[in-house]
Amino acid sequence: MIKFEGVHKWFKKLHVLNGIDLHVKPGEVVVVCGPSGSGKSTLIRTINQLEPIEEGSLIVDGMDLRSKKTDINKLRAEVGFVFQQFNLYPHLSVIDNITLAPTKIRKTPKKEAQEQAMELLERVGLAVKRDAYPTQLSGGQQQRVAIARALAMKPRIMLFDEPTSALDPEMIGEVLAVMQDLASTGMTMVCVTHEMGFAREVSDRVVFMDHGVILEEAQPEEFFRNPQHDRAKQFLKQLLSPMH
Amino acid sequence: MLKYTFDWSIVTSGKYFEWLVSGLKVTLELSAVGIVCAFILGLLIAVLKMSHYRPVRWIATAYLEFFRNTPLLVQIFFWYFGSYKVLPAAVNEWLNSTNFEFAAAAIALTIYTSAFIAEDIRSGILSIPKEQMEAARSAGFSYLRSMQYIILPQAVRITIPPLVNQFLNLAKNSSLAMSIGVMELTYQARQVESYTFKGFEAFTAATVVYLGLSVVITALMDLYNKKVLNPHRA
Ligand SMILES: Nc1ncnc2c1ncn2[C@@H]1O[C@H](COP(=O)(O)OP(=O)(O)OP(=O)(O)O)[C@@H](O)[C@H]1O
Ligand SMILES: [Mg+2]
Repeated sequence: MIKFEGVHKWFKKLHVLNGIDLHVKPGEVVVVCGPSGSGKSTLIRTINQLEPIEEGSLIVDGMDLRSKKTDINKLRAEVGFVFQQFNLYPHLSVIDNITLAPTKIRKTPKKEAQEQAMELLERVGLAVKRDAYPTQLSGGQQQRVAIARALAMKPRIMLFDEPTSALDPEMIGEVLAVMQDLASTGMTMVCVTHEMGFAREVSDRVVFMDHGVILEEAQPEEFFRNPQHDRAKQFLKQLLSPMH
Repeated sequence: MLKYTFDWSIVTSGKYFEWLVSGLKVTLELSAVGIVCAFILGLLIAVLKMSHYRPVRWIATAYLEFFRNTPLLVQIFFWYFGSYKVLPAAVNEWLNSTNFEFAAAAIALTIYTSAFIAEDIRSGILSIPKEQMEAARSAGFSYLRSMQYIILPQAVRITIPPLVNQFLNLAKNSSLAMSIGVMELTYQARQVESYTFKGFEAFTAATVVYLGLSVVITALMDLYNKKVLNPHRA
């Protein structure tokens, strides 16, 4: 479904992705973790070409991201992206946030799009907020709307970049629950997150990155019980320490 | 000792009143055409100025610098006295069959004001967080569609106060059109003055009308702000 082979990326002189090889199968849930600045966001953003790559090959849902023939807008319509800061459209109500892309890009009739949006809002538990504006919602509610907005395009892949990092602790659970529910439907997901509970219970595989390199790739049980790499051990220790 | 006797009746009724009213009509037409066209053109130039293609940006910059930094009166004269010398005969014929003074003034006002509007819109666009563009692009919208549905609607809201200012400027600047014989309000006030020697009344009337026009434009924009824009936006 997603296949990185020898992918490199630079920001000017900074080598942010240094030979990434990663293969995500359909229906798989992969968690990416690692220290700050290790390149996790950059990695996930290359998948829908928010960041272009300079070297190597990247195939997403059968489309070659380095081929000039690939229609990047079409690819992006098939890939949902959820941001750390939600990035809802502040000038549109909740329901309009969700129906905008389906009606304009997929040309779904407005009424049908609204019905689908309501189903999605039910699913994330926010049907009552259909006419609210983003600023009237809590962070957790905004993020759930953002997930519904991405799902409205019926994507084949969902990408999450630290979806709970900007949330107050009491709101993290509601967002993770939605993601868990999504995983159980067989969605292919790549999640950058430090929520180790989610990684352990929901993911099929954990990828540990540092300095633009994938240092470790393992089943969650395996990764938490017996991390191979020193830096992974250190990272886990810090994550679990009360000082964190 | 002041010997002047006021006669306000000439500007409140009769022939001269009608002159002023017909002048006001032309001023309103000129302002309306100018505002609509300058807004559309300004929007276009703003988007071009932010293009990824350097030559396109360069053209937009040249446009902005050129039209903002030359006097409006010179631009009006250019379109009126200059343009027909270089236009093909067929175009000239057509122009002569229309109201050429009006067209030249409208074109000059539109282009001049569009340069200012473009800059206002551009700063509005730049004030929208880049994450909004990312969210739109990652949903599958092209650059232009992202602008259309997500960025511009937000930018225009922010840009409304400076835009109103530009609209008011345009309405006021339309008085310069009298210099090429467009029979707008100032032109008619001048006419009334030369026929009646009642300059004080004639230009007081014109002043009051321009002031009223400004008040109306501001009030309409206020109304738009309150009614059309939702009150909950960020
Ligand atoms: N647009 C950019 N231009 C230049 N450098 C960038 C850009 N985006 C990221 N970087 C740099 O690239 C490196 C990797 O950044 P990235 O955001 O991918 O890290 P991350 O693992 O997501 O970190 P965090 O956990 O803090 O989100 C960092 O050193 C960062 O400063
Ligand atoms: Mg990051």
